[in-house]
Amino acid sequence: MKGNEVIAEAAVRYGCDGYFGYPITPQSEVMESLMEMKPWETTGMVVVQAESEVASINMVYGGAACGKRVMTSSSSPGISLMCEGISYIAGASLPCLIVNVQRGGPGLGTIQPSQSDYFQATKGGGHGDYHLIALAPNSVQEMYDFVGLGFDLAFKYRVPAMMLADGVIGQMMEKVVLDDPRPRRTDEQIEQECGDWALTGKKKERQRHVITSLELDPYAQEVVNEKLQATYRLIEANEVRYQTTATEDADYLLVAYGSSARICAKVVEMAREAGYKVGLLRPITLWPFPGKPIAELAGQVKGILSVELNSGQMIEDVRLAVNGRVPVEHYGRMGGVVYSPGEVFEALKEKIINKTK
Amino acid sequence: MAEFEVEIKPENLVYGTPKLITDRIMHYCPGCSHGTIHKLVAEVIEEMGLAEKTIGVSPVGCSVFAYNYIDIDWVQAAHGRAAAVATAVKRLYPEKMVFTYQGDGDLAAIGTGESIHACNRGENIVVIYINNAIYGMTGGQMAPTTLLGMKTATTPYGRDPKLHGYPYKIADMMAHLDGVCYITRQSVHTPVNVRKAKKALRKAFENAMAGKGLSLVEFVATCNSGWKQSPVASNRWMEENMLPFYPLGDIKDI
Ligand SMILES: Cc1ncc(C[n+]2csc(CCOP(=O)(O)OP(=O)(O)O)c2C)c(N)n1
Ligand code: SF4
Ligand SMILES: [Mg+2]
Repeated sequence: MKGNEVIAEAAVRYGCDGYFGYPITPQSEVMESLMEMKPWETTGMVVVQAESEVASINMVYGGAACGKRVMTSSSSPGISLMCEGISYIAGASLPCLIVNVQRGGPGLGTIQPSQSDYFQATKGGGHGDYHLIALAPNSVQEMYDFVGLGFDLAFKYRVPAMMLADGVIGQMMEKVVLDDPRPRRTDEQIEQECGDWALTGKKKERQRHVITSLELDPYAQEVVNEKLQATYRLIEANEVRYQTTATEDADYLLVAYGSSARICAKVVEMAREAGYKVGLLRPITLWPFPGKPIAELAGQVKGILSVELNSGQMIEDVRLAVNGRVPVEHYGRMGGVVYSPGEVFEALKEKIINKTK
Repeated sequence: MAEFEVEIKPENLVYGTPKLITDRIMHYCPGCSHGTIHKLVAEVIEEMGLAEKTIGVSPVGCSVFAYNYIDIDWVQAAHGRAAAVATAVKRLYPEKMVFTYQGDGDLAAIGTGESIHACNRGENIVVIYINNAIYGMTGGQMAPTTLLGMKTATTPYGRDPKLHGYPYKIADMMAHLDGVCYITRQSVHTPVNVRKAKKALRKAFENAMAGKGLSLVEFVATCNSGWKQSPVASNRWMEENMLPFYPLGDIKDI
């Protein structure tokens, strides 16, 4: 299956209640597939083509306020438009899933793959102190799996989750193992799971529920912020996910996520054949960032290359983790251009291996 | 003057606070239409027995805190986006009564897109639209509905169409859309108007529950603080200046 189509399949199978979107390349297949599947006739899932990304994220906000499992998908310019809404969702402590199949920017940019929305996804994007749980799939299988994982984490912590994919994986065809479909939660189950905050209609025996991110008293707003921060610390403690390849004896480390990690896995093979002990660490959660394992590896390797399809964004988090103990350099291409494994290997030699011998 | 005592007994009570109005002190300026309209909304929900089924969407504007005053579940929407929020709530809970409560800046400026498209999709919701010809909350700047010549914080010499364009009747525009079943323009500046407005609101709520499409009730309203007039003078000014341009009555009813 194709990466984007698998998002639709996963949403329906996971028991998603609603999808709200607006077409944009390279991810329009998500909504197209959903409209073809007609899940409203089977699981009862609602699918709405909104008039803009501003509308679709605010529909997600409304659905999330009801305790429903709701999602949207878009690509870079569309995500920029959504940022106010995402900030509201975070500010009101609501769970939802947002998929960004990144393309090259800035501006209208290109429709080719890119990873240049790393800052936007991991440092907030919209206004105010907030975080998204950011998951970076490196295969079509993970695009499928992370729909469920994204929803599970979002509901566990009542925060928005983002799947930060890129056009390479979104457009790629791969085999996927589908799990058994789960039914959508009944109204009673939603009442059980989210009954202390969700909008379900005010019953006589309870206080009214108000979903809002507004607080005029700065001291009370500070308490709201402190609660959010406490949740973020908990997520950082519990939910860091990453994968290592050939790092046990590595002298040099590549750090890369998503499609870049696929390319770097090949670079590891090429380098090992050429006699260099190169390993790869692939962050799966970009936020919370796997800083600790990178810091540990910094005690073992001679240098680190952060490989990203951008001008150098994740490298800031890598450098923060390494804290100056070994050289950390960046290699990237921009604007939708994708590097080949050979090209990355050359950069690794030039920027790290030759300089740290 | 003869002295007499009034004894308040349930059987001789002719007026009271609706049960759904909370005992929070309202932050609205004295004479502001928002308070009266809140009361009507609460009465209609109560009388239709919809308190447990109704979800309100409050806007950004002076009525952002509507959720403090009517005792139902609420969600506060970003500036202009109430109709999109309400769309999702209603689609996901089709059996619920969903309404938005929005000012003229919220609905007719920044939220024009969301409002028009909710109409066009025929969402089964009620939109309550408070047209006070000004941005009340941010301190009295020009709204898209501000009358020509009207002085506001951003039109200190009066609204000049060459500079600021014209006031517009978004309700009339919406009436052309097929998803809309009922559009009416009301006011609450006299007891007679209050009674008429309540009937209109009730009809709108009934339409939404019957799945007939979107209903919009516009209120031509006063903002005495923004207009810099006393409550009584505001009512008079509204009657003399607003109502000729925004005439009251049904615009569409099918
Ligand atoms: C995105 C955004 N832009 C601007 C504002 C500032 N703002 C708050 S209320 C408001 C105008 C509200 O006017 P209206 O909708 O007419 O409501 P009223 O206060 O008159 O009832 C503005 C511009 C905001 N909160 N968010
Ligand atoms: S500023 Fe105007 S709209 Fe706001 S509460 Fe006062 S009178 Fe009402
Ligand atoms: Mg106004």
